[in-house]
Amino acid sequence: MRDSPRGYGLPAPQESGVARIPYTRTPGIAPGAGVSFTPLHQLRGRLTPSGLHFERHHAGVPAVDPEQHRLIIHGRVREPLSYGVNDLLRYPLVSRLHFLECSGNSLVNALPEPQQLSCGVIHGLVSCSEWTGVPLALLLDEAGVADDAAWGIAEGADGARMNRSIPLAKLRDDALIALYQNGERLRPEQGYPLRLFLPGWEGNTSVKWLRRIELARAPVHSREETARYSDLLASGKAQQFTFEMGVKSVITHPSPGAELGPPGVYEISGLAWSGAGRVSRVEVSADGGASWADAELEEPALPRCLARFRIAWRWDGGPALLASRATDAAGARQPERADWLARYSPGGEKYHYNAVQRWGIAPGGGVANVYA
Amino acid sequence: MKSPGVSIGLLLVAACVAPARTNSPVANASPRFGRHASAAEIAALDIDIAPDGAGLPPGSGTPAEGAAVFAVRCASCHGAAGEGGPADPLVGGVGSLTSAKPLLTVGSFWPYATTLFDYLRRAMPYDSPGSLSADEVYALSAHLLERNGVIPAETRLDAVNLPAVRMPNRDGFESAISRGQPH
Repeated sequence: MRDSPRGYGLPAPQESGVARIPYTRTPGIAPGAGVSFTPLHQLRGRLTPSGLHFERHHAGVPAVDPEQHRLIIHGRVREPLSYGVNDLLRYPLVSRLHFLECSGNSLVNALPEPQQLSCGVIHGLVSCSEWTGVPLALLLDEAGVADDAAWGIAEGADGARMNRSIPLAKLRDDALIALYQNGERLRPEQGYPLRLFLPGWEGNTSVKWLRRIELARAPVHSREETARYSDLLASGKAQQFTFEMGVKSVITHPSPGAELGPPGVYEISGLAWSGAGRVSRVEVSADGGASWADAELEEPALPRCLARFRIAWRWDGGPALLASRATDAAGARQPERADWLARYSPGGEKYHYNAVQRWGIAPGGGVANVYA
Repeated sequence: MKSPGVSIGLLLVAACVAPARTNSPVANASPRFGRHASAAEIAALDIDIAPDGAGLPPGSGTPAEGAAVFAVRCASCHGAAGEGGPADPLVGGVGSLTSAKPLLTVGSFWPYATTLFDYLRRAMPYDSPGSLSADEVYALSAHLLERNGVIPAETRLDAVNLPAVRMPNRDGFESAISRGQPH
């Protein structure tokens, strides 16, 4: 029995187990506020299929009518401007390959006990796509930004009207008004019909369903940059505006969810990234960090994009402790978990976790989350 | 005498370069496919409240008025006394940030009272965001600030005195930007 050509193709039925893992903390009262994790342990390459791109919503996915929706740029500008979706599609559309990572990715690893969850559930609030859209700098120049403007307050059309204050320098640098993802229009859960995209910055700042940017002299200190997405330091002070995601890596194969078979030669494979730019080096250890070897990084090395690394490993069937450690082109290297924790108060939400991940291999091939 | 190839080339270039907007002082390459945004359409969307109070609408409210609204619109998620469950705790923990068990609430952690007004108006209650009137938002803000010991019970909160409220954790935030590095 052979199937006919169809309009929108889907994976083979045998692959139906490859899916995002949704999670809502309080489904009874806030059904839209939650996440779905990318199943990193089931994927290869560096790109995330659009239907598997992670989600994080504060108020669910709104149904935004692309015919009615407008992007307004106003505030400290010479002329406030309003753009329809069809207007924006007429501009030069540039394409960039970039990761997007939630600021709270991997936060379960800040808990006192290592959680036995799949690699995707632990680290799956990171994905990588080709983002296509209008360079925001072009639109800012049309509006004419005033000399005393230093920030753009970006706000979405979701139920929470989520807003973040963004430094003007970033908006002028490489910010995109993204309309396409991996060749097709944005998915609804990724901000259809348009979103702000800020390469390398914490995901919350790439405001989905963007409806306006207000140019201002100062940040507004919204709830999402004070009560949330700020790091309570060991001193009791809270650090806000930590925009750039730190250098990070994780071994996806083997990992919890991608266990080993019989002893033999395996390829250790994983992903590395940095909000600062390119990943320059990934080291892999099979003895918990006593010794390290350089993994091969797949070409091309792209800035603020997932990089696939791999190294061959002969497993003798005994206990092993795998780890990867990435260094970026700016010279920053992933910290150990204990060093990362030491910066922060034991209380407060945990964000920006980028410590080294260890996987414990047991005889029989099982893989567990292990703290050093 | 130019060669035919060069002449055709110049013709193509001339045809592709559109006439500039001669009344615009900035670079004439911008196509300007959008349109002017009117004050009315901006006003309908512009709900930011800045820390200095810019954007606060007319209206007012007292802690007692806010307690009544809270009981109906907020308590089912945030607890009758704002103690939390299942949603975040809103009250308590003032002074606990340097302790072994910090409790982060509106009173103990938020640096600006204007952020509270801003967030309530745009995002709460969760199931019907934007449904609170300006008076209700002032009243709820007053109630939560009073419960956290920040303002006296007889306060009538409005656009003038709300931005003047000094939160306990007003000096508790540092900007990573000023340090010149992300971490």
